[in-house]
Amino acid sequence: MAMAWVWTAMVGISVVYGTAAGEMEDVAAAALSGAAAAVDLCLGMAGAVCLWMGVMELLERCGLARGLGRLFRPVLRRLLPRASRDEETLAALSANVSANMLGLGNAATPLGIRAARRMAYGCEGVASDELCRLVVLNTASIQLLPTTVASVRAACGSAAPFDILPAVWLASVLSVAAGLLAARCLQAVWRD
Amino acid sequence: MDFSVYVVPGLLLAAAVAALYRKVDVYAALTAGAGQGLSVITRILPSLVALLSAVYMLRASGALEALTALLSPVMEALGIPPEVTALLLIRPVSGSGALAAGSDIMAQYGPDSYIGRVAAVMLGSTETTFYTVAVYFGAAGIRRTRYTIPAALTADLAGFVFSALAVRLLMGV
Repeated sequence: MAMAWVWTAMVGISVVYGTAAGEMEDVAAAALSGAAAAVDLCLGMAGAVCLWMGVMELLERCGLARGLGRLFRPVLRRLLPRASRDEETLAALSANVSANMLGLGNAATPLGIRAARRMAYGCEGVASDELCRLVVLNTASIQLLPTTVASVRAACGSAAPFDILPAVWLASVLSVAAGLLAARCLQAVWRD
Repeated sequence: MDFSVYVVPGLLLAAAVAALYRKVDVYAALTAGAGQGLSVITRILPSLVALLSAVYMLRASGALEALTALLSPVMEALGIPPEVTALLLIRPVSGSGALAAGSDIMAQYGPDSYIGRVAAVMLGSTETTFYTVAVYFGAAGIRRTRYTIPAALTADLAGFVFSALAVRLLMGV
């Protein structure tokens, strides 16, 4: 329902502000040209999205996701020590992180949910510190190849859609670190 | 010789060779994945139509510009170009909304401009926070989320600030 309010607010503000500013003719035209631009964008990026999804599927079938998962087990053991004691939870967690890194959101979410469910046993509806950390980890993006963004850039006529990679990696790592640090600090001072 | 032209073809070749080495049917995997890509596009198209329509209306009415001007002192203090304000506000709430706002910025200022790059890096380095929190805690039956949302929003804010910083530092604009 949240999006219903967001969308209505966007349209409402446009109408009120457009009337006050005397720009209603432009607003009326913009409603339709925005819809047309959405279709143009989707068609423009469809080829790149399909190609990259194909490459990701290929890498997944090569066992890259499993390999990444193994790589991240020691990190997860430190970050979520209680959850990692359970082998099945740890398996779901590492698969969740590697799917996220490959940008396979559809695969990552069910895996993360499986881990979260196991971690929520006996919590009685209150998030444990480790559960908070898991969700913070998932609300921060850690993608090796941001293919959707690159596809949008390609559709907009970028000369080198992937030249943002190092900047994306740097910003992602710092963002995840800031989230986990904030969780640690809040954990110490939080009063329920 | 600019070696960056080899990134995409090199990645394609490396993935194919690695897959052949592991006896994976390269072509079947590639086309299966591409098929999934098509369903991704059909899934985002309806929401993108709704949201780009609203973003275009906001821009045409002048409200977007007013909002940008209103928040530009805050943005400038954070080192973020004010032009990406709309993207920043919608990012934690809606993934398609962020894609709509981001693509609008890239089309407006050019994908290879400083502002366009900052928008792209922001899209690539952050997630739809509220949606993720709702999905995970909803599925796990958690009602009291404690400090998850403030911590996750801190990550988002850091992502925005560091996106602008990373583009300035690494891309020299």
